[in-house]
Parts: sequence; C-alpha cells; structure tokens
Amino acid sequence: MAIAEPSISNILDSKIPDGPIEDKWDKCKFDLKLVNPSNKRKFNIIVVGTGLAGGAAAATLGELGYNVKSFCIQDSPRRAHSIAAQGGINAAKNYPNDGDSIWRLFYDTVKGGDFRSREANVYRLAQVANNIIDQCTAQGVPFAREYGGYLMNRSFGGAQVSRTFYCRGQTGQQLLLGAYQSLMRQVSAGKVNIYSRREMLDVIIIDGKARGIITRNLVTGEFETHIADAVVLATGGYGNAWYLSTNGNGSNVTAAWRCHKKGAFFANPCFTQIHPTCIPRSGDYQSKLTLMSESLRNDGRVWVPKRKDDNRPAKDIPDNERDYYLERRYPSFGNLAPRDIASRAAKLECDKGHGVNDTGQAVYLDFRDAIARDGEDVVRSKYGNLFHMYKKITGDDPYHVPMQIYPAVHYTMGGLWVDYHLQTTIPGLYALGEANFSDHGANRLGASALMQGLADGYFVIPYTIGDHLARHSFEKITEDHDACREALENAKGRVNKIMSIGGNRTPNQFHKELGGILWDYVGMERTKAGLETAIEKVQGLRSEFWEDLKIVGKNEELNQVLEKAGRVADYMEFAELIATDALNREESCGGHFRSEHQTADNEAMRHDDEFAYVAAWEFNGVGEKPSLHKEQLEFKNVPLATRSYK
Amino acid sequence: MSHETINLTLKIWRQPNAEVEGRFEEYKLEGVSTHASFLEMLDILNDELIEEGKEPVAFDHDCREGICGMCGMMINGQAHGPDNETTTCQLHMRRFQHNDKITIEPWRATAFPVIKDLVVDRSAFDRIITAGGYVSVNTGNAPDANTIPIPRKDQQKAMDAASCIGCGACVAACKNASAMLFTSAKVSQLALLPHGKSERGERVLKMVAKMDEEKFGSCTNTGECEAACPAGISLDNIARMNREYLKATLCSTES
Ligand SMILES: Cc1cc2nc3c(=O)[nH]c(=O)nc-3n(C[C@H](O)[C@H](O)[C@H](O)COP(=O)(O)OP(=O)(O)OC[C@H]3O[C@@H](n4cnc5c(N)ncnc54)[C@H](O)[C@@H]3O)c2cc1C
Ligand code: SF4
Ligand code: FES
Repeated sequence: MAIAEPSISNILDSKIPDGPIEDKWDKCKFDLKLVNPSNKRKFNIIVVGTGLAGGAAAATLGELGYNVKSFCIQDSPRRAHSIAAQGGINAAKNYPNDGDSIWRLFYDTVKGGDFRSREANVYRLAQVANNIIDQCTAQGVPFAREYGGYLMNRSFGGAQVSRTFYCRGQTGQQLLLGAYQSLMRQVSAGKVNIYSRREMLDVIIIDGKARGIITRNLVTGEFETHIADAVVLATGGYGNAWYLSTNGNGSNVTAAWRCHKKGAFFANPCFTQIHPTCIPRSGDYQSKLTLMSESLRNDGRVWVPKRKDDNRPAKDIPDNERDYYLERRYPSFGNLAPRDIASRAAKLECDKGHGVNDTGQAVYLDFRDAIARDGEDVVRSKYGNLFHMYKKITGDDPYHVPMQIYPAVHYTMGGLWVDYHLQTTIPGLYALGEANFSDHGANRLGASALMQGLADGYFVIPYTIGDHLARHSFEKITEDHDACREALENAKGRVNKIMSIGGNRTPNQFHKELGGILWDYVGMERTKAGLETAIEKVQGLRSEFWEDLKIVGKNEELNQVLEKAGRVADYMEFAELIATDALNREESCGGHFRSEHQTADNEAMRHDDEFAYVAAWEFNGVGEKPSLHKEQLEFKNVPLATRSYK
Repeated sequence: MSHETINLTLKIWRQPNAEVEGRFEEYKLEGVSTHASFLEMLDILNDELIEEGKEPVAFDHDCREGICGMCGMMINGQAHGPDNETTTCQLHMRRFQHNDKITIEPWRATAFPVIKDLVVDRSAFDRIITAGGYVSVNTGNAPDANTIPIPRKDQQKAMDAASCIGCGACVAACKNASAMLFTSAKVSQLALLPHGKSERGERVLKMVAKMDEEKFGSCTNTGECEAACPAGISLDNIARMNREYLKATLCSTES
C-alpha cells in the first residue's frame, strides 16, 4: 500500500527579520523596497476572495493606487463566508484595565496554538490588532458600547482577560460590511474592478512568478484569462472537505489546491479545528452544521448526566446528578477552556455513554443559572439572536430547556505555506486569512481569525507586496503567452473530463461519502491504523468518482452541479494529503489528537524534540508521495511548555 | 404532533436563462423530514432530479444560517416564506403540513433580472453602495477607537440598521419594487454614527439617485418591505432617510 514515506528537506526561508521580537515588523517594513507612489498605478494586482482578508487587501491596495481586480464566487463581495462570524474580534487595547497587553495577546495565541505557530507572525498580529479596531470603528462598524459611549469587551476561550470586541452576535457581518464598503469606495474611485460569480481554476506562472489566473464565469461558463503582476489568494478555509461543517456551502479548497499543484507548498493540512458548540446533526439530509458562538460559554454551563443513559428531561436531573465536566477538569478556565480541549472533552463524555439526545452525540449547554442570576432580559440582550437561531433550527427554546451541542468541523489552521511576507513558495503568489497557515498553530483561539484576516489584508500585504513589485521586472504578457494557454487548457480540460464521465452518482453523494471517511478517521481522534485506512478509502473513492460521477446540464450556463463536482474533485485529492500529514505527525497537539500520544488523564502529548516544525508539503502528482519540507519552529519568547488550563 | 415526514407538491418556476420565457413545473416529493430546512428540502428534490437525469432547480445560497443574504425566493407569494424575520435558509419544514402544495418563485423586480430558475441578479444593490454607502477613510488614517464616544442608543440604532443582509426581500415584497428599505438602512447607519456625519448629505443624494437610475420603484408607504425583512429592518429608517434627503437638498440648493 502506498503510504507516504516522505522525503525531507530544509529549503524553506521564512524571511523572519533579525532582532528582538518587538522590533521585527518595524525592521521588516524598513527593509522592504518601496514602490514610488506615481508608479503604483502601473501595477496590476489580482485579489481572489472578498472575505475579511481579501476585501481588506483589495480595498487597501486600491487606496494605495494599484489597479486591483477582485474575484469572488458569490453574487456580491459582501457575501463572503466571513459574514457568518458571530462572536467577535480580539485586540489588546486593555480598555477594561484588566492586565492585557500586546505581549499577553501574543503569549495567549502562541500557547493557544499549542506551540506550533511562528512566534514572529503572531507577535506582529498582536501588534497590529489595535489598529484594526480603530480602522473598523472609523469605517462605521457599530461595535458594542457601554452607557458612557466607550467600547465594550467580552471574554472568549483560552484567555483570562476580556479583549473581544463585538457587534451583537454578528461581528463578522459588520467587519465584512466595513471592508466591503471600503472596497466599493475604491470601485467608485476606479481603482478596483469586481468580478463576482467567478471561480478561480488555475494560476498562471511565468518565469517562476505568479502572473495571473484562469477563472470560470459561473453564469456563462466562459473561461477567462486574467493577467497581473502579482496574485493574492484570500480564498478561505477547507473545512467543507469533511462535508458537514459550520462553513458556508461555497467555501472550498479549489483555489489553494490548484496553486499547490503548481508548486505552492501546503502546510499542516491536518490542523483542523473542531468547534465544541454546534447544533448536533439531526438527519441524513443535513447540509451544514450551525455554530452556536463560543461567547455563549461566558454564561452557559456545559454538563452531562452523571448516570449513563440517563434519559430524564434535563430539568428533572438535580444538580448533584449533573457532571459539569469542564468546570471539574479545568477549574481555572472552566467553561472557557479552549476549543480543542472542550471538543475532545465532549466526545469523551459521549463515548463513555453520558451523551444526551436520541443519538447520544450531544451535551448540554445550560443557561438556567445565568437566567436566575441576571434575568432573562440581560441574557436576551447578550445572546438574543443566537437563542432565536437555535430555536428556529431545533424547535426548542433555550430560555426554558438547555441547548444541546456537539463538536463540528469549523476552521482550518493549515493552509498554503507562507513566509513572513505572506508569500507562498511561488514568488508573487501571496496567501492571506484562513487560506494560509501561519498564525494559529495547531489550534486557533476564538475571535482571532477575524483579527488575522484583517491584519493580513489591511496592515501586512499592502507593505510586503510592494517589495516584490519593486524588486522584479515584469515582462509585458498577453493571453497568447504559452503559460496562459497552458493554464487555460488545464482548467478547461478538467471541466471537460468531469462533464464526460456519464456515471450514476451525484457530486453531493460523493462529497458526503468523503466527508464520512474524514470524520471517522481524521476527525477529533486519529490513530495510525485509522489514518492508513482513510488513505486507502480516499484513494478508492477517488477512482470511483472519476468512473461513476453523474452531471446534468452543460458547461455553457449556470450549472451548480458542475461547480460542486469541480470542488469535490479537488477534495478527493486533498483529503489524502490531510491524512498523510496526520499520519506523519506522531504526536498530539491542539486540534490534532493521536490516540497513541496522550497522558493518563487523556490530555494531548506533544513531542517537541521531533515535531516542533511546520510540515510543508510539496506536490508530486496525484496519488504520488508528496515531499515533506520542514520549517523548524523556535520559541525564544514564549518558552515551550505543556499547555495547561487546569 | 405533526408528521415526522411529509409529502409535498411543489410548483416551481423554471427558466433556463434571462433570454427565455419561464414557466411553472410541478414536482411531487415524498417523505421529507419536518426537521429539514427548506433548502435541504430543495436539495432532496435536486438529488432526485439529477438521478432522473433532469436539470436540478438552481437557487442561490451560501451560509445557510440567515446572515449572508444570498438565499431568497417567493414561497407561496411571500418573500422568504411564512415565518417572521426568517430567511429562506432558516425556514424549516415543520412549518408545513402533510400534502401541502408550495409555490416557489424567484424575486420579481425589473432591477433584479432572472439569471436562471430562482437565481436573480442583485448587483444593483452593490451599485447603490458604490454610489456612497461608505465612510471615506483610508487604511491607517483612523485615530484611537475610543477618541469619540458614541452614545449607546445611537450605537444600538446604528447596529439595528446595519443588520441588513442585502437579500432583496424588501424589493421583492413591494408592489413598486422599491429599494427604499435597503438604501435607508445604510444611510441611517452611517448618519447615526459620528464617523459618517461629514459625508451624510452627499451620501444620501448619490445613493437615492443611483436607486432611481437602477429602476427600483418609488415608495408608497405600504410597509410590505418591513413585514418581509428577515433582519428586522424598520420603516423608521425610511423616515430617517427622507429627513436626511430633505436636509441635503435644502443645503445643496442654499450653497
Ligand atoms: C460560523 C462561523 C463563525 C465564526 N465566528 C468567528 C468569530 O466570532 N471570530 C473569529 O475570529 N472568527 C470566526 N470564524 C472564523 C472566521 O470567520 C474565518 O476564518 C474568516 O472569516 C475567514 O476569512 P477569509 O477572508 O480568510 O475567507 P472567507 O471569508 O471564507 O472568504 C473567502 C473568499 O474567497 C472566495 N473564493 C473562494 N474560493 C474561490 C475561488 N476558487 N475563486 C474565486 N473566489 C473564491 C469566496 O467567494 C470568498 O469571497 C467563524 C467561522 C464560522 C464558520
Ligand atoms: S432591508 Fe431587509 S429585506 Fe431588504 S435587503 Fe436588507 S435585510 Fe433584506
Ligand atoms: S444562505 Fe445565507 S442567508 Fe440564507
């Protein structure tokens, strides 16, 4: 059986500036070559994705004077998946005066990531976070305020200070609309052109540099060639590989995967966040899982019945027969233990037979005590829209019965490998936001993805991309260039191949089956044998896909079945890399839990001597062993330690 | 208790593209779980259609949790269906009865041409925002966020207005296909906040002009928009926009 026995090298240059961590970003900015203001208009930049990362990047690059083309799958840039983020965004403003600082935000994020992220990137993230809050406020983002009119904060998992800014349960929506409005302002200024309902299918590489993309117009089926001097990928995460996740249906790995196939290394694909508080699944027809924001754990208490298979209604189970297992196991963080820990704890309770609901795959999140303490109105003002959403989906009213929750795939820490400039291993190709790997290590803390997407888009890429543009010369190219034609034929060829199979199973059926394999073997708990099985099963399913796929309609029209098939085809290849990476990482850290590596009380056991590295994979062909490149991680400022939330 | 599963007759608008006339087609669907969402019900129908080698019904959707504004269809003549403050994707089949007949159509408005089946082109909304629905602040310009305190009630009202998801149900529900609720929500949000104040006059004039240019109808105060809106956007916003507009026209004629 072809299990990857990876070849190993050390060719990665992360371009981390020298000097103390506090000065690295300043030093980097100083060392970057600048593009003269009047020359900026001579450069064309493609930004794929209009979420927080892409929207912020495209708007800011437009403001600087570059000519920007901005692409998205949805009908409007405002609908990128970032819109769905609920809980909030972190920054170390220390407005509550509770001891926060840039250093503490940095420390919490490195520790929260279970020491698998790059210190320098995380420090920069913590440094620019405060500017994000200022910028968004100035754009008109209506962050929650105290009666005195000053900004308000709440707490999120993995932190003991209150540093999360929020707009009710709609923070992502408000931040994205802020970025979208800035973007549309640049459209009106003539600096940005929007290409919506477009799907990027390939990247054009000339002289080793990214020089453009191929897209399919989702309304007409037309294949289009777009040429530029640099390409920025901000295409989000790949949680939908698991089929059921909290992601929007349009989220996918296609853009990142096609770049990977052209030479961009993929880092830590097995680092996946399974979020502890999602509405459990209810049936086979289910198309997505809905997140209940982590902010609910500020006031909700998580518990299961102490007695196995206790099927009394929650309210009939007295306190002494309830196990508030997070409070019991992690007394100092309690219900606000980080996500990876809270998810695994829920799974453990359910596996032991304490799960509730018909499936036994759920635990309670109970607001009884908060309502008794603060009153229903206070609880409503904090979480009203989430309670409303819960009731709509389940038919139950959480003011009267506890919510039932279960973990679900939510976020992917892995992504395209990038250096400190956010450049991938293909010069001129950058990756931002959830699409890259750099800041969250093996586990992301709540409210830090929004922070990262906006940091990358507003405050990092506008500086670093100039360096690439200023240092290189760019030959003028046209669509007739061989590399453009080759990429175009490549994209067309893939679509034609999909159209021509003529089998019996729909893309959705294949996707569901693939997701099942990943959830069973590459989910919350992974084993060597299970991962080997997963790889074998994925390979088998992939062959079936290319023999038995059924498509209706044609390419030259809006064809959602075809779109879906293209994305599933990429997941079929990518899933194998996820499992390969998980198999290679013989340790448990953050969201990656290998059963072979745990302590007596079921906590994750890291192996820092062997695995304190980023695993960056190089593509060698479908079904071929990928090559492993290691970026060794150094922890000079936050000393390596066992992560404890007890 | 209602049935755990129900059978339905669906009468759905089918239209291959903008150039061709559309028409209704009827489908029978059996054994739909009442826990499924409305869009999951359409997924089930589509999987059956594909298996029979027929074209599935095209519809827009993404987040499936009521926030992206991508979904939207007329369900038995109501935009987003029968539930209050609920998007199509959040509507669940427990709201329907065994043997119900459900009519499903796209948004109907000159400004929202049909692309295919239930999918329409709402880019006119983007163009209204492009006309002025922003604060002109470049990245890096902003002072500390706490420099200007904002009274909580203003922030709350701005947040209420900012909750618009841009779905277009207000237009679809209105007999004049007016975009007043959508436009006024953005005008209000930015007029209520100190940061948006310096451009408020120009903003409202440009956005309203764009709205007219895009062939949205005029507002005759029937309130259908508010009733259909899944985000609870209130008619107060329209009143506020009218005041803003009046003030702006007076100011601009004075100068
Ligand atoms: C339900 C939910 C709640 C969350 N809540 C929070 C929270 O409270 N706090 C927090 O910090 N984080 C939260 N997150 C995580 C956070 O929202 C995301 O990680 C973040 O928004 C990702 O932003 P992005 O810009 O990287 O990508 P996205 O917002 O996913 O944008 C991707 C963009 O790329 C485009 N695209 C993708 N593929 C292609 C292609 N092939 N061609 C063209 N365009 C393409 C899409 O159209 C879209 O515009 C939440 C996530 C979910 C799912
Ligand atoms: S005002 Fe309401 S109905 Fe109109 S677009 Fe906004 S959310 Fe949709
Ligand atoms: S699919 Fe996003 S609002 Fe319905």
